[in-house]
Amino acid sequence: MDYTRIFLCIAIMALVTYLPRMLPLAIFRKKIHNTFLQSFLHYVPYAVLAAMTFPEILYSTGNLISGLVGLAVAAVLAFFHRGLLTVAIGASASVFITEQIMHLVLG
Amino acid sequence: MQEQIEPQKQDAPKLTFVKGLRDGLPICLGYLSVSFTFGMMVVQKGYPGWMAVLISMTNLTSAGQFAGTELLMNGAMYLEIAVTTFVINIRYMLMSLSLSQKVESAMTLLQRMVLSFGITDEVFAVAMQQERDINSRYFAGLILTPYVGWAAGTLLGATATGFLPLSVRTALGIAIYGMFLAIIIPPARKSRPILLVVLLAAAMSCCFYWIPGLNQLSTGWVIIICAVAAAGFAAWKFPIKEESS
Repeated sequence: MDYTRIFLCIAIMALVTYLPRMLPLAIFRKKIHNTFLQSFLHYVPYAVLAAMTFPEILYSTGNLISGLVGLAVAAVLAFFHRGLLTVAIGASASVFITEQIMHLVLG
Repeated sequence: MQEQIEPQKQDAPKLTFVKGLRDGLPICLGYLSVSFTFGMMVVQKGYPGWMAVLISMTNLTSAGQFAGTELLMNGAMYLEIAVTTFVINIRYMLMSLSLSQKVESAMTLLQRMVLSFGITDEVFAVAMQQERDINSRYFAGLILTPYVGWAAGTLLGATATGFLPLSVRTALGIAIYGMFLAIIIPPARKSRPILLVVLLAAAMSCCFYWIPGLNQLSTGWVIIICAVAAAGFAAWKFPIKEESS
């Protein structure tokens, strides 16, 4: 096993992961006052999270059906303002139960 | 139509180190199953477990390190590894930029350089949810629990293969997305522009996933394009009026 290559690869990966995280936070040390930019940055978190969640959430479990059930349960819990942990565990539990039932029914 | 930024609520909870640790706990739990899978994958391909742990402790990211490691094991060129990993991670620039407006101005350069190492999708999401400005102690706590979970999960996956039954692991795969929904749905209920941003970004992301041709684009680029387009459109149509302070 070529350990030099492994270490070099890991160092490269670590560097190109760290730089995009560090540079903007280190460079922009003043509050931005431009209304458009400010509004843009206000909306960015929701846009990023929505783009990451859909449609990936449907394929994050064993099959599409349990993914749909998990999505529905999570959406309902979130709609009624449940906490992050409750929603995460509720979704996981519903996926687990759905898959167990499907396993029993479909064999 | 304009939306008001709520002034920092006086009764909002103080952002302490311990609160950071506590807020990081759901992230930590979600990370366990993902990093567990990562540790298992590396060992199953015949590589040493410490390599998996070293990657997790220096990279602290899911998609980027999965792709980079895959390339490492397939004998890819250094440049290929660097470019692929970087493209997947470009979205962090957007998050880091957003966070630069959310942290206390008093945060020093050194603190920024150290703490930015821990910016992940989930840490970003929880940090931006706070009503108060983020201070370095809270940020440190918020990073620490997920970091430990990420490293520990990798170690467990690399050493105790088959420790968690598959049924539990697949069920935990949805945990992170459940958390994301818990963050975006309540504000989308209250604010029309945020609802629009969420629907727009989700619809675009689905197009990039399902439409042949468009789905050739890597996840990193898809997130950036969807986020910039949706947030840009909303910023243009529904600018936010800054509270005169």
